[in-house]
Amino acid sequence: MIPVAFDYQRVSSVDEALGLLATHGDEAKLLAGGHSLLPLMKLRLAVPSVLVDVGRLHDLSYVRDAGDHVAIGALTRHRDLETSELLAAQVPILAHVAGQVGDPQVRHRGTIGGSLAHGDPASDLPAVVLALGGTLVARGPGGERTIEARSFFEGFLQTALGPDELLTEIRVPKATIVGAAAVRNGTTGVALVNMGSTPLRASATEAALAAGASIGDAAAVAAEGTEPSGDLNASPDFRRHLATVLVRRALEEAAS
Amino acid sequence: MRVRLSVNGASQEHEVEPRLLLVHYLREVVGLTGTNVGCDTSSCGACTVLMDGESIKSCTVLAVQADGTEITTIEGMAQDGAMHPIQEAFREHHALQCGYCTPGMVMAAASLLKEHADLTEAEVREGLEGNLCRCTGYHNIVKAVLAAAGDREALV
Repeated sequence: MIPVAFDYQRVSSVDEALGLLATHGDEAKLLAGGHSLLPLMKLRLAVPSVLVDVGRLHDLSYVRDAGDHVAIGALTRHRDLETSELLAAQVPILAHVAGQVGDPQVRHRGTIGGSLAHGDPASDLPAVVLALGGTLVARGPGGERTIEARSFFEGFLQTALGPDELLTEIRVPKATIVGAAAVRNGTTGVALVNMGSTPLRASATEAALAAGASIGDAAAVAAEGTEPSGDLNASPDFRRHLATVLVRRALEEAAS
Repeated sequence: MRVRLSVNGASQEHEVEPRLLLVHYLREVVGLTGTNVGCDTSSCGACTVLMDGESIKSCTVLAVQADGTEITTIEGMAQDGAMHPIQEAFREHHALQCGYCTPGMVMAAASLLKEHADLTEAEVREGLEGNLCRCTGYHNIVKAVLAAAGDREALV
């Protein structure tokens, strides 16, 4: 499978990338590790006329302690999250989940920023950043802005990023955790993958837990308010059932 | 666009279309056909090569993204006519049936062994999750990688 021909521009700075995005608008796509975009281009489901390769902006590859949160450069690869000692100590769920993405070859190329900006509801990292109550930092022609993870995912492969913006950093609160649930300051965040057109917070479960419900009762309402689609892999009913089982297991793991 | 890179230690320089995939560059431009195209969707791992020492799936990387890197393919594993210890272990343990997945398996194993000091059988199985063998010959593949892992002196 061969992508449609495109113009390729490799940039060496964020400003250069923003300049090209300003010139080409939504004809251009940003290329990081390419493990979400290139498969779509090979299937010709994505046909950008310009690819702006930000993959060598090494300044945007880092994991830093920023006091109450950990700051992660958008171009940090899954492999670097998986092996980060800082993440293992401060946000272990993120290191754990990064180590579950795809396979080693994919983790050597794929980046957290690319995964979030792609906005696939079936991806793991968007759900974790959502459960953690993370914040995303984007740069555009008007400067820098921050976007709460809960406002970032707008629809299937749709995010709050404008066509002229570049995701530069992901900020996640320090959180003890495990499984698919994040526990912070005594509150529990639970996010669901593949239960709608975006990653979702299991808000009924979160509310039940806040009201003192048992893990079993809270997990039983995990699929409330969701509208998962059916496909070759699973029917909507099966997905709703699975959500209750997996959330229960995640909460049990988090509590142990 | 012009790309300059090292493939198995030899400098390469070619004018390529930006949409050319690395696997096609290696097979059709450089002429190294040991790297196979399997699923062409980054699932099966047949096209695995090393980029700067790390395993990647060359069907999902553009040749222009490999500009300036060091690529190692299965043809670069044997040195001075002697097979690499991982290749020797594959032969010793009969870790191939039809052989189509083998180049990718060997390259994935090379990266895995470089990244992990000690490997259990479970870790080898998990570490090769990106490589599929349609002959289902996993048992001997895992045995071969464990054997190579146990003979780390020879791996250098």
